[in-house]
Amino acid sequence: MSKDVIRSLKGVAVRHYKNTEDYVTETMPEPDRVYLPCVQHMGAPCTPVVKVGDLVKVGQLVADCEKPFSSPIYSSVSGKVAAIEDFINPQGIRTQSVVIEADHQQELSETIAPPEVTDTASFLKAVRSSGLVGLGGAGFPTHIKLSLRDPAKVDTLVINIAECEPYITSDYRNVMEDGPDIIEGIDLVRKYVGKIENVYIGVEDNKPKAIQRLQVLTQGKPYIKVFPMRSQYPKGAEKVLIYETTGRVVGDGMIPADVGVIVMNGTSIAFLAQYIRTGIPLISKRITVDGSAVTTPKNIQVPLGTRFVDIIQFCGGYKQEPKKMLMGGPMMGITIFNDNYPLIKNNNALLCFGEAETKAIPESACIRCGRCVRACPFQLMPAAIDKAYRARDAEKLKALYVGRCMECGCCSYVCPAKRNLVLTNRLAKGFLREISSK
Amino acid sequence: MSQVSQSDQTRQHLVVMPSPHIKDRATTSSVMLDVLIALAPTIIASAFLFGPRTLLLTAVCVACCAGFEYLFCMVTKRENTIRDLSACVTGVILAMNLPVSFPIWMAVIGCFAAIVITKELFGGIGQNFANPALVGRIVLFVSFAKYMTDWNTSGGLVVASATPLGMLASGSTELPSYLQLFLGLKGGVLGETCILTLLIGGIYLVWRKVITPTIPLVYIGTVFVLCFLLGADPLYHILSGGLFLGAIFMATDYTTSPVTEKGKAIFAVGCGLITVIIRLYGSYAEGVSFAILLMNIITPHIDNLTRQVPFGGVQKK
Ligand code: SF4
Ligand code: SF4
Repeated sequence: MSKDVIRSLKGVAVRHYKNTEDYVTETMPEPDRVYLPCVQHMGAPCTPVVKVGDLVKVGQLVADCEKPFSSPIYSSVSGKVAAIEDFINPQGIRTQSVVIEADHQQELSETIAPPEVTDTASFLKAVRSSGLVGLGGAGFPTHIKLSLRDPAKVDTLVINIAECEPYITSDYRNVMEDGPDIIEGIDLVRKYVGKIENVYIGVEDNKPKAIQRLQVLTQGKPYIKVFPMRSQYPKGAEKVLIYETTGRVVGDGMIPADVGVIVMNGTSIAFLAQYIRTGIPLISKRITVDGSAVTTPKNIQVPLGTRFVDIIQFCGGYKQEPKKMLMGGPMMGITIFNDNYPLIKNNNALLCFGEAETKAIPESACIRCGRCVRACPFQLMPAAIDKAYRARDAEKLKALYVGRCMECGCCSYVCPAKRNLVLTNRLAKGFLREISSK
Repeated sequence: MSQVSQSDQTRQHLVVMPSPHIKDRATTSSVMLDVLIALAPTIIASAFLFGPRTLLLTAVCVACCAGFEYLFCMVTKRENTIRDLSACVTGVILAMNLPVSFPIWMAVIGCFAAIVITKELFGGIGQNFANPALVGRIVLFVSFAKYMTDWNTSGGLVVASATPLGMLASGSTELPSYLQLFLGLKGGVLGETCILTLLIGGIYLVWRKVITPTIPLVYIGTVFVLCFLLGADPLYHILSGGLFLGAIFMATDYTTSPVTEKGKAIFAVGCGLITVIIRLYGSYAEGVSFAILLMNIITPHIDNLTRQVPFGGVQKK
């Protein structure tokens, strides 16, 4: 498949707001307390393996689960377990949270040692122990993604450095600061997983320096292709990225491995290399802190479990009264209703906005302009879905394939009538689930 | 949730709302404003071509359309929507469909038919089955045929007593030249004559992404090809009558044209076909309004037949 073939799905040209792209990552010192929720990933929740009063060290296991589809959680500080309390995450899932009072010694746990990796099984075991989950998205446990049903079929690895969400620059900083780790990680995955022949690194072309650096780093590795993509949201969406780099279509109910592809986020793959080298599990995360309500926007390496209020403190505090706080970017990020939440594994940005950006523009009637239809990367028809949902027409909703909507937000973004089309799609999906469960 | 140790001040009650959290600048009113801007050159041109009464008629239609919408919203206790400017667009387009000598009070009736009957009674913006301005025009045409076809001019650059299509139908030998047709030096309703300014407006709309070029291109193209095949003068036909006005500003009405590009193409071919049939074989010299109206009515069916195939294909049942 030649690289010259231009395959492109639709999308929208959003303003980039990459204000922090030249900000070198600062390391945030550990806060007085960290809060480690037992659900930081997709899959089975962990249960605490420590008790109140226990002394823990950096990198020590604090919560785990025997089920394979899960991911262990490690302490990001050394100190004492102060509490194990109830916690409701922003998606409304009730779980527990291990609260650790830091002693500021940051003593490393004795258990930390580079894992012994000799074959696929030991590699996957190491990946599970690292606590790694998809750092760019939904927090899918990486070892599950890499455990292939049919290893011979998987011939392509796609590294996602599109970073198409506005504001966020943490993946870009990862390339600039830890670029060699990305390449090392790619080689590890190639060695132990599937029969990978081609590696594509998808980068949006609004990051020319990253593209250049990756091209330099991949010299002499003909199987790795740096793949610049037109910067148009949402190039980083998994199915979009796979289609544009490889031309393969991931259909309903399929996972990328079904079409022979594994997609990994650039930061995840770099972490993997670091873990295999050092044995230090996932205990901190590089995030972008930005938005009109933040005094000094930064890229920072933050211990997991640090509350947002502490992170903001490190970034000079609030510049104006915060009204809206987002985990993730402005297109798909979720709002959180107070700043007491801790940072978890798959956060890659914390954005705070003041009054001006928070005002909801009232919805008005659909004028049938067709912009949403022209914007949808999956060629759905949001305006028709909106109408069908208002009529609660389940048949029509199915015929319009609302289930394929990835909630990327392009339709709501372009709608001149400011209709909350994404919300409608989400509700419509719930409505269909409800109907079919009856 | 019980969070201990809240020594430092935390912010509670932040706003929770659905993503996305940034939106494009375009709003319904900005889109409508773009349409008004696109119509401006044509209004100015017809003021020169047909004299200052153009401006009076336009102003009356805009005021009446906005006024009727305001009153209707007030009476039915609906949210007042005149700020979205769509009523103003209807007003201008309706005015552009009247001859210069048209009586004011009749124009007011046209506005009533457009806004109250066609638009608001069917649920307001986005809900009407036919283009309001078009229905207004047809109501006036049917009710006051004599006034709607009074092509006598005074006060402007145009000296005419018939439209080019009328002249063609009556077998006149002194037909205007292509250049005259293009510049608008011919009889007709206010907005249809100056092809030059209509084109400028159309290009502006495409550039601003308010419309896609599909409908105007396919519509005008269909008329051209059909006239050629049927032995009529294709250039004369596309430059005469309301084709450009209709194809650029009326057939592209969002509410009453299909959403997908494929649907738009089918719609436009239909418009072209009906226009040519009426013009060449019907009893009217002009067929644009009826063609668009008929296609408006079948738009929902075209929409159903031309759904986009989603990424990932259609599932076999
Ligand atoms: S319908 Fe879904 S997939 Fe399509 S643009 Fe809207 S949110 Fe994105
Ligand atoms: S973008 Fe908004 S106004 Fe336009 S068709 Fe879609 S829902 Fe309707």
